Amino acid sequence: MIIILTSSLTNSDAKKRPDGRAFDELRPLKIEAGVLERADGSAYLEIGDNKVLAAVYGPRELHVRRLLKPNMAILRCRYNMAPFSVEDRKRPGPDRRSVEISKITSEALQPAVFLEKFPRSTIDVFIEVLQAEGGTRCAGITAASVALADAGIPMRDMVVACAAGKSNDQVIMDLSEWEDKEGEADLPIALMPRTGEITLMQMDGHLTSEEFNQAMDLAIKGCQSISEEQKKAIKNRYGD
Amino acid sequence: MVQSIVPEIIRESVTNIIKNGERPDGRALDQYREISLETGIIKKAEGSARVKIGNTQIVIGAKPQIGEPFPDTPNVGVLITNSELLPMAAPNFEPGPPDERSVELSRVTDRCIREGKVVDLEKLAIIEGQKVWMIFLDMHIVDYDGNLMDAAVLGSVAALMDAKIPTTSCEEDEIVIDYEKMVPLPIKEQPLMSTMAKIGGQLVADPSREEEDILDARLSVGVRTDGSICAMQKGGSVPFTREEILKAVKMAQEKTKEIREHLPKNLKQK
Repeated sequence: MIIILTSSLTNSDAKKRPDGRAFDELRPLKIEAGVLERADGSAYLEIGDNKVLAAVYGPRELHVRRLLKPNMAILRCRYNMAPFSVEDRKRPGPDRRSVEISKITSEALQPAVFLEKFPRSTIDVFIEVLQAEGGTRCAGITAASVALADAGIPMRDMVVACAAGKSNDQVIMDLSEWEDKEGEADLPIALMPRTGEITLMQMDGHLTSEEFNQAMDLAIKGCQSISEEQKKAIKNRYGD
Repeated sequence: MVQSIVPEIIRESVTNIIKNGERPDGRALDQYREISLETGIIKKAEGSARVKIGNTQIVIGAKPQIGEPFPDTPNVGVLITNSELLPMAAPNFEPGPPDERSVELSRVTDRCIREGKVVDLEKLAIIEGQKVWMIFLDMHIVDYDGNLMDAAVLGSVAALMDAKIPTTSCEEDEIVIDYEKMVPLPIKEQPLMSTMAKIGGQLVADPSREEEDILDARLSVGVRTDGSICAMQKGGSVPFTREEILKAVKMAQEKTKEIREHLPKNLKQK
């Protein structure tokens, strides 16, 4: 089955991606800030068929004393997939994958937040994947930054994330679910666009150093375009 | 979940407003907040809906899976209802396994849908005693602003009405699933739920979060299209009188008629 799909693709046009995008083209992107009533800040993001909701509570009192830091706030993150977000129903509750993503998401966001301004408190970030179609961790981080900004939490920058990788012998930006599954490599990164500092970096698959350089540049380029949409979402909500 | 603390002064003022026949948000005692309902919003789910009552928002997905029937009902499909009160939905909701409130919500919704005969489960058998369709109904509560039960039932019925399952046939003990030919779930009925809260001796419909925080008691009533009753749940630690219950049921029958207007029209006649 898979072999048929791959060969038919390579036969037709090596440069064309299954969804017709150019190698350096993002999927259609939509970001909206302030979509939930109760949360202190929230954002809804669609990229391709991904649908992600992010909410922020805090800075607020931290009840778990062993996590408390006397000189700064902590930033906790929970990445969660809805049972209906994927083809085969996912059992509710955290699994190893979502625990790992929660951890790296929290680490990706922390450098941008002035945590030292809120000692002994917590900022809680909740990411809910309502529909998954490849690249949900990046979508989650991008949405979470907008939600943090919507919550009015002081930040140095709005972290943005995008993946690049290799599929069909081609280095490409913003992998779809199919490209991620069938492809040779996936390289999600998150960065702070003002300084270009990278706050998340993962990779799986196989790339030559040259391909790796290309992929990283593509991911950075993707981040820059997405960053503009993040700013637009905040401006749409609050004006210039 | 941490119990939210309500200052005595707010409890008193809200109760007094309602005693005077008014409500904190200006509604009439029997008036619902604005309701909105969209279906087919999640492509990866075979059926889905997003429901809002006021600022309460639930995203619901229905997913079919082939599984084994319960031994006592070998020829009947399985419906499993599950809800997650997400920590994003309210500051006092906490991550972790479903707490008693979440379990109550899933179970009451399940009862209303099951006893209201929404899905003709007997048509979901594939091989008697061996394979049946299991329908997983997952409710994702993303924003909590009161009256989850009515929203959960409305959204669940809409998601089930939206759901399509692949056709199956049996060839020499093997099940052939045809994803090219999707058919709607066999929908028999559309029960809905309406909740009345007792505050200051008055009954109010569609309690907001502010009202839920201080209510004495509540009664949720599941009502079928013909007005008959299919599920009930009392909540809160104050008792109801017989008269109050009868009045609440009557109000629920009236109110579910209004809510019914929000269900997708094309399936309503079925």
